[in-house]
Amino acid sequence: MKQIIQQIFRSGKFIVGFSIFTTILLVVIVYPLLIPDPPLNIIGQGTFFEPGIYVSVFDSISSPQYTLNLDEAAAKRIASKLGEEDRLAIKEWLIASGIPEGEIEIENTEKLLDQWFENYDPAKNIPGMTNAKRNYFIRLNKAITGLLSDEGMSITVKNAETGVLEEKGTIVPSAYVNVNEVPNVRVLPLGTDNFGRDVLTELVAATRVSLQIGFVAGIIATLIGLTLGLLSGYVGGVVDDVIMFITNLFIVIPSFVLLILISFSIGQDQRGAFTIAMVIGFTSWVWTARAVRSQVISLRNRDHVNLSKLSGHSVVHIILTDILPYIASYVVMALILQISSGILAEAGLSILGLGPRTTEVPTLGLMMNWAMIYQAHILGKWWAYFPVIITIALITFSMNLMNTGLDQVFNPALRD
Amino acid sequence: MANQKELCLSGKGLTKIFGLGGRKTVAVDHVDFDFYKGEVVSIVGESGSGKTTLAKMLLGLISTTEGEIYFLGEKRDIRTHRKKKEYWKNIQAIFQDPFSSYNIFNKIDTVLLDCIHMRGGSRLPRAKKIEMMTEACSFVNLKFEELTNKYPFELSGGQMQRLMIARIFLLKPKILLADEPTSMIDASSRATILDYLMKLRNETGMTTIFITHDIGLAYYVSDSVYIMERGRFVESGTADEVILYPREAYTKRLINDVPKIYEEWDLSTV
Ligand SMILES: Nc1ncnc2c1ncn2[C@@H]1O[C@H](COP(=O)(O)OP(=O)(O)OP(=O)(O)O)[C@@H](O)[C@H]1O
Ligand SMILES: [Mg+2]
Repeated sequence: MKQIIQQIFRSGKFIVGFSIFTTILLVVIVYPLLIPDPPLNIIGQGTFFEPGIYVSVFDSISSPQYTLNLDEAAAKRIASKLGEEDRLAIKEWLIASGIPEGEIEIENTEKLLDQWFENYDPAKNIPGMTNAKRNYFIRLNKAITGLLSDEGMSITVKNAETGVLEEKGTIVPSAYVNVNEVPNVRVLPLGTDNFGRDVLTELVAATRVSLQIGFVAGIIATLIGLTLGLLSGYVGGVVDDVIMFITNLFIVIPSFVLLILISFSIGQDQRGAFTIAMVIGFTSWVWTARAVRSQVISLRNRDHVNLSKLSGHSVVHIILTDILPYIASYVVMALILQISSGILAEAGLSILGLGPRTTEVPTLGLMMNWAMIYQAHILGKWWAYFPVIITIALITFSMNLMNTGLDQVFNPALRD
Repeated sequence: MANQKELCLSGKGLTKIFGLGGRKTVAVDHVDFDFYKGEVVSIVGESGSGKTTLAKMLLGLISTTEGEIYFLGEKRDIRTHRKKKEYWKNIQAIFQDPFSSYNIFNKIDTVLLDCIHMRGGSRLPRAKKIEMMTEACSFVNLKFEELTNKYPFELSGGQMQRLMIARIFLLKPKILLADEPTSMIDASSRATILDYLMKLRNETGMTTIFITHDIGLAYYVSDSVYIMERGRFVESGTADEVILYPREAYTKRLINDVPKIYEEWDLSTV
């Protein structure tokens, strides 16, 4: 036993898979301790906020201000404000003013602005320019000059009695606050989803629930498959016929179709995560049962089983000590596969809208479902679905790696 | 040898068919036999002739397709687990392949302890059990202290098969079925295994059914010999009758296949 475990932990594939999996588990356990927010809390008003650090504007204004004179500040400010459309308009003006196209770099803000100030003249007309366009250029010029000015803005507060705006202070372009001194800063590493929920918090909770679903489904499937496989394989005869008949029924109807039908008939509000896990478990034991059966059939005529019979042992004793240990490694591998396929099955069901009801807990499948319904993939809101896909992939990948590792330990013929 | 011959195990029309329809194999085909108490009987046949299948039927490990088995003159009844267990107190076996005879997950003591328990010794004090196991091991020249806490794979094939004999020593059955006990182990330990087996049979007087493909060996150890060809007994009789004066061509071929290790036989005349 000890030797086997040592060997398992010498298998590179197993170690890699095991590390990834334990890391996921650790995150799932530790993260909620650090950030105990309810995962389905809607914090963002609006959909799909980009990943980033969100600083409270209100708190920033009343935080201590520092003056930092940074050369790049103005340019950066303009660069971030100057849209693609504005830059193309500037280019259009410059070309009309006789600057060769090769000398214009619309991404280089500093150079572009220099050229703009040199060539822009509100009185000048470029051929074919509409009045609207002309006004646009005037506004653009104003905006740019405004951003470059040192005037700053004033903060006013409405007097509660008189309703008059009173000036509280000014903010100049060189004023800074220290983020550490702003009481309300929220990091949203994965932004928010369509409902305005923190995607990372949701993802961690979803991973936990999906893993639970996978474990429950896997354990149920493995237990059923193992029991039926042992019975039909060892006892044989009529028992075998009956069990194989049921098993074949399940094989004829693909388990995913069965899963869809059962989930559908249960109805949305009856479907908790646990129910879904049980349904998945009850529909996916078939291959375990068949595999265990064939292993048991090849074992039951072995001489060590015969010797055990000759020693007067009962059927239960023989199954537990002479059959089960021989297939234990196999069962463990089947369990791991069942867990990862349980997670995938939940994802598949949820994408079809047949997953657990959506009001209580997130699951990886539900997150995919929401992202799809709100067209995150079309809108390019990658943070709403891509991390979910990566998580599902990592879980399945790590479990399959562990399985291959185990397989190599238990089947020496596969060792490399 | 057996002057006042007393029936121990006999079979009438014993048949075993594996598989169904077109793919069926008749492994044992209507064999009749009478094994007497205290006898050493050899069943000799080529590979695939159905020796192991017959042995497993006799042991009650597989069902019979047809025919009856009589044990001590009565029709054998092993329909319940309790009756089977009772039967197995009387008939035991040593299998062909020692490497697959052991449960690799159990320590070696388990095998011997099971025997003590089978003989009703579950309640004996631990010290007494150890004494019994030590005695059984020393019978086959093994040191029990060195074996405890070992797993089967830490033993050689010869040691494993000796331990199987120690097992029989503890069980003291009326009948022992030894299915080619030496065919899977290296030549150097074969003679030792046979010696211990014969020593045990001489001490206990148990009926011994010795299965082999080596007709020379059969002659060397047995009182009577049954020759098996494709599931049938083609010839039987005392060892001298069958081997020195064989009637069947098959028997003659078996004899010719044996290299002349036993110089005193003049087989060239046959
Ligand atoms: N469980 C089984 N199912 C189907 N056929 C079997 C089975 N066991 C044995 N047979 C067939 O029965 C025939 C007799 O086999 P058996 O093992 O009794 O031969 P044997 O005389 O013991 O041979 P060996 O000397 O190689 O041990 C063979 O043709 C074998 O293929
Ligand atoms: Mg055989």
